[in-house]
Amino acid sequence: MSEPVTFLSRAEALIGTPEAEAVERGVKKFADRRDVAVAEFPMMDELRDRSRAIRLHALRNLDRLLAHFADQVHSQGGVVHWAGDAAEANDIVVSILRGTEAHLVVKSKSMVSEEIEVNDRLHDEGIKVVETDLGEFIVQLAGDTPSHIIAPVLHKTRQEIGELFARRLGAAYSEDPFELNRIAREHLRETFLRADAGISGVNLAVAETGSLVLVTNEGNGRLITTAPRVHIALMGMERIVSRWQDAAVVLETLARSATGQRHASYTNVITGPRRSDDPDGPEELHVVIIDNGRADILSGSTAEILACIRCGACLNVCPVFRTAGGHAYGSVYSGPMGAIVTPGLHGMDPWWELPYASTLCGACEEVCPVRIQIPRMLLELRRQAAAEGRLPGWLEKGMSRYAKTASDPRRWARAKRWASRLSAPVATRGWISRLPGPGRGWTASRDLPKPAKESFNDWWRANRGT
Amino acid sequence: MEGLQVQLFVTCLVDALAPEVGRATLDALERAGCSVAFPVEQGCCGQPAFNVGLVEEARVMAGQTLDVLDSTEGAVVVPSGSCAAMITHHYIGLFSGTKREQQAKRVGSRVRELTQFLVDDLDTDLRASCNGCSVAYHHSCHGLRDLGIRGQADRLLEDLDRVPLAGAEECCGFGGLFSVEMPSVSTAIMDTKLDQVEVSGASLVVGGDISCLIHIAGGLRRRGSGIEVRHIATLLGEGG
Repeated sequence: MSEPVTFLSRAEALIGTPEAEAVERGVKKFADRRDVAVAEFPMMDELRDRSRAIRLHALRNLDRLLAHFADQVHSQGGVVHWAGDAAEANDIVVSILRGTEAHLVVKSKSMVSEEIEVNDRLHDEGIKVVETDLGEFIVQLAGDTPSHIIAPVLHKTRQEIGELFARRLGAAYSEDPFELNRIAREHLRETFLRADAGISGVNLAVAETGSLVLVTNEGNGRLITTAPRVHIALMGMERIVSRWQDAAVVLETLARSATGQRHASYTNVITGPRRSDDPDGPEELHVVIIDNGRADILSGSTAEILACIRCGACLNVCPVFRTAGGHAYGSVYSGPMGAIVTPGLHGMDPWWELPYASTLCGACEEVCPVRIQIPRMLLELRRQAAAEGRLPGWLEKGMSRYAKTASDPRRWARAKRWASRLSAPVATRGWISRLPGPGRGWTASRDLPKPAKESFNDWWRANRGT
Repeated sequence: MEGLQVQLFVTCLVDALAPEVGRATLDALERAGCSVAFPVEQGCCGQPAFNVGLVEEARVMAGQTLDVLDSTEGAVVVPSGSCAAMITHHYIGLFSGTKREQQAKRVGSRVRELTQFLVDDLDTDLRASCNGCSVAYHHSCHGLRDLGIRGQADRLLEDLDRVPLAGAEECCGFGGLFSVEMPSVSTAIMDTKLDQVEVSGASLVVGGDISCLIHIAGGLRRRGSGIEVRHIATLLGEGG
C-alpha cells in the first residue's frame, strides 16, 4: 500500500505562496478572456462539436493519416523520423545536429520537447540550446520548469523576472513588461542569427499537404524555423488532422479557448524546406514523430485525451490547478488534462494519484474546445488505480463496510443511531470540531454537523409510516 | 383529491446529518400538491464509492437503490443535484452490460432534482420566503453541469433580496472524499469560496446540495462567521 503523498505534498508546499497567488491571478485572467471571446462568437458551440469530430476522426485513422502525412513531407523535400520513445527521439535529434555540424540551437515553445527533456540531452552532448519563447527563455534562465502549457512562467511575478534579468543578463532592474520584453529580445537577437538549427513543436500537422502549423504570439516560431540552416520539428504522433478545412476549424477554437484571442498573433504554415526560389528558409526540414506512450493511451480507456489541442482552458478553470498551480502535478502536463495524459504516457506508478487531484466539478469539460470528457476519464483512471489496489487501506476497508451498511436497511438504521450516540460527547451545539483518523483533515479547517439524533428515516417511520 | 404520486429519495447525508432538509422537501412537495411516499429501505446512492473508483462497492449501493426505487411508481425526487446525477447519469455506465442495465435506465428516467421538479415539471407557485435575508446562491457542480440546472432556483427565490455571488458557479472544494483525501487543497479552494461569500454581503447562503452546504457552513462556522447556510427546501415552507 502506498500513500498518496506526492501531489499532495507538492501542493501543500505551494498553497498560499506568491507562486500560487501569481498562478491564480494569471489563470483567472485567461479564463475571463476566454469567456468573452466565446460569448462574442455564436458559432463556437458548433465549432466545438466539429473540432471534436475532427480530432476523433484523426485518432481513429491515425496510422493512415500519419503514413500519408509522412509521404507528403517526403515529397516536399523533408525527412520524417519515427521515435518510439523519448530516448529514441533524443538520439534522432542529436544525430541530425551532429550530421549537420550544428552547435547552437534555438527553440520555440514545445511541450513534447519538455516531455522528452531534449534540452538536458543536448546539454549533455555539449550542444547549446537557447529557448526563444519569452516564457521559456525565463524558465531556462531561472533553471525552472514550466508551470502551464501555454504560459510557462505564469507562476512568476514581474518583479521576480526583473530581478532574474538583472542578475543573469546584467540588465538594469525593471518590472515593466515592455522593458522586460525588450531586454529579452535584445539578448536573443544575435542568437537567432548565429544559430545553426531551430527546434520547434507542432500545433497541428495537416496530412493532405504534409504541412506543419505552428501557433505563437511572439513570432519567435517563425524566426527559428526560417533563419537557421536546419529545422527540426518535434511532434507528438496524435497532433494530426486530415485536411486543411479540418485544421481551420480546430485553429478557430484554439486561440479563443487558450488566451481569448480570435487568432494567435502568428500562425505559421511550413510545407517542406526552402525551395530554390524561396528568399529564406532552412536547407533541411526534419519532422520527428514521437510515440512515447501515445500508442498505449490510444488502445486504452482514455484514448480520447489524445484529441486534446493543448489550449490550457481546462487548467485555467480547474479549482485545484488554480489553488496549487502546475508545479504541484510534478509533470510537464498539469491540470485536468495532465492528470489523464501523465499516467497514460508514463504509467500509473507514481502518477496514479493525479486523477484524484480533482473535485470532479466538471468545469474542465465545460470549456474544452474539443469537448473531451475529462471527468469520465478521471473516473476511469481512479477505477484502474482502485483495481490495482493503490488506495489507502482505511479508504478501501471503510468503503467496503459502508457499502454493506448503507445497502442494508437494518444495518443502516443502526449505524445512524450509533453514529449519533458516539458523536454526542465530542459535539458542541450540534457541530463536531475535531475528528480522529482520516476525518482529521476535514476538521482541521471545517466543523462537521453532528449526525442527527433522529434520522429522517426514523422520523418518517415514527410519524408518517403506515 | 389524490395528488401526483412522487417518491422521495432523501440521500444519505440528508437522512443522517440534515433530516430537517428531508422534512422541508417533503413539506414543499406536499404543498405543491404531490402525494409523497418515502421508500424506507433506501440508503446511499453509491456515489462516494463510485467517485474513488471502488466499482463493486458502488454497485452494491446502487443496486439496492435501484431495487428500492424500481418497485415504486412516479417521479423520484431528490433534494440534491449530485445524487440525482449519480442515478440519472452514472448508473447506466456502472451497470452497462449487466442484467441491471435496463433497470438503471428505467429508474434513471424517473429521477428529478427537487428544484428541477418543482419548477420545470410542476411549474409551482411555491416561493421561498425569508424575512430580512439577503441571499447568495451557490450552484453545486453536478446539478449545474450534469443536469443543466441553472435558473430554477432563481425562480423559487424571486421574492427574496438577492446579492450577486462572485464565482457562484465555481466549486466549493468539497468533492466528496476529495475533502478528506486532500484536505489542504480542498480547504484552499473552500477559502476562496468563503471569501467570496463574505465579500458578497449576504446574510444567508442558499444552495440545492447539502454536501456543498455542509462544507461551506462548516468552513464559515470555523471562521466565526455569522452568515447562515440553508438548503433551498427549508425556505419553501410557510414563513421560511
